Amino acid sequence: MIELKREELLISELADLLVNDKHIAVGAASPIPGAAALLVKEEAKLQNNRLRVTILHSNKYNNFTDGARELFDCAAQGRIDTFFLGGVQIDGEANINLVGTGSYEKIQKRFPGSFGSALMYFVVPQIILFREEHSPRTLVDQVDFISAPGFSDENIFRPGGPKFLLTNRALFKFNKQKKRFCLLKIHNNESLENIIKLTGFKFDIHDKITNMSIPNKTRIDILRNKISYMVSEFYPEFADRIWGV
Amino acid sequence: MKQFDELSLLEIVDEVKDGDLIGIPADYSGVPMEFTKELIKKGVKDLKLYCLPLTTIQGDMLIGSGCVSEVEAAAVTLGEFGLAPRFSEAVESGKIIIKDSTCPALHAQLQATEKSVPFMPLRGVIGSDIQKYRKDWQIIENPMKFSGNKNEPILLLPAVQLDILIFHAPCVDKNGNIQIGRRRELATLAHASKNVFVTTERILDIDLFDDELSAATCLPALYIDGISVVKNGAWPCALPGVYGADNDEIKKYSIAAKTQKGFEDYMKNYLYN
Repeated sequence: MIELKREELLISELADLLVNDKHIAVGAASPIPGAAALLVKEEAKLQNNRLRVTILHSNKYNNFTDGARELFDCAAQGRIDTFFLGGVQIDGEANINLVGTGSYEKIQKRFPGSFGSALMYFVVPQIILFREEHSPRTLVDQVDFISAPGFSDENIFRPGGPKFLLTNRALFKFNKQKKRFCLLKIHNNESLENIIKLTGFKFDIHDKITNMSIPNKTRIDILRNKISYMVSEFYPEFADRIWGV
Repeated sequence: MKQFDELSLLEIVDEVKDGDLIGIPADYSGVPMEFTKELIKKGVKDLKLYCLPLTTIQGDMLIGSGCVSEVEAAAVTLGEFGLAPRFSEAVESGKIIIKDSTCPALHAQLQATEKSVPFMPLRGVIGSDIQKYRKDWQIIENPMKFSGNKNEPILLLPAVQLDILIFHAPCVDKNGNIQIGRRRELATLAHASKNVFVTTERILDIDLFDDELSAATCLPALYIDGISVVKNGAWPCALPGVYGADNDEIKKYSIAAKTQKGFEDYMKNYLYN
């Protein structure tokens, strides 16, 4: 059996959520989503399917020519199917916080900021929340600052929103009606008890939770022999750490 | 007659006044680091940084050096190398004011100035705490009968005009047209700025407008107030299409700048060696 890195498992898990997309965009600080998007694109090529991937921090894997605003215009036009967002904190109603902890006026720990989340979360049909650290400090009952809300009033223009949340321990699906996450999969080395203990918010549990799926050999080969080099163009530190390229 | 003013780097630095609202390009659009070095040496004060839409090492160095009173940005970060340490510390200790925004809002406020209209509407954002804390933003009900949705709340953002913009470009032609390629946000920044200065790797003896292919990559000279040739002017940041970022150097900075003392030691070496 091939030994897999945790990051490779997460890339594969994300890739499984992208197979029906036509255009995937990847924003800042997202090497794992970036690798997943390029992986699905390579796999689609083998099936003779066309899939577009735009990696914001890459010159090579980027479809835009109209400057940094094009991502947001393109998303608002409905031309992006999936985008990824993270968060310093994510709460049980899928509100995300990229700004900091503590009260806003007297912030305790300041993080970079909200990036484009406050529009992208509203307009991209499938937002996948991705945060590697799965702990009571990242998955909280209520975020300290709402960079972008998990849901909006009926009269707000909002074709998009949260669909999934992936951490290094589990995969959740977001239920828009119930405004609540449902646990679908857990990492092979995890127990349900531990996930409950490490999650700061209440969530539903699917009838048949499974382990994260192990990628087949073909996928691993593409990832290691091709995608790794592509990723090194725009996330050199990550590519070096995971694959030594 | 020469179609543009060729200046020294220090002449450009002298154009920046204390208290200016200054346009700051993102790490992918040509960060004028050599200029920033000289600006810090000059000891400029109370700058208001308008980041389109984020800043990395440039903003962090200016903040750590005490040149900044206010930052409007969607993010201040060292990217793969983690948090921007001097920025985080300055916000936590209340040394600077941060006007938290989101990328498309920062674009839209400048686009309003490009069109010379007082505001620009934007979707999304409503219900976030970004919107809650921005007293200069307003929500109205969509007033249009036949476009958009009836009763839809929509966010209005004020037009923002910058005092000054400085960025670094790969090349300039003999008439002062700037090659910006696909980094069109530099055009947005320039259109919305009272004064625009460019540092560049080189001046070419051609007219980029002679060829349709290159004409489309230009920011026309009419927006530019002065140009200075500065080799490796973006180092340690990348200059897309010309050279990559010096990741070892940025990493070195990210570690040193974790403390004010480490930052000061790093800067002594960076500014004067």
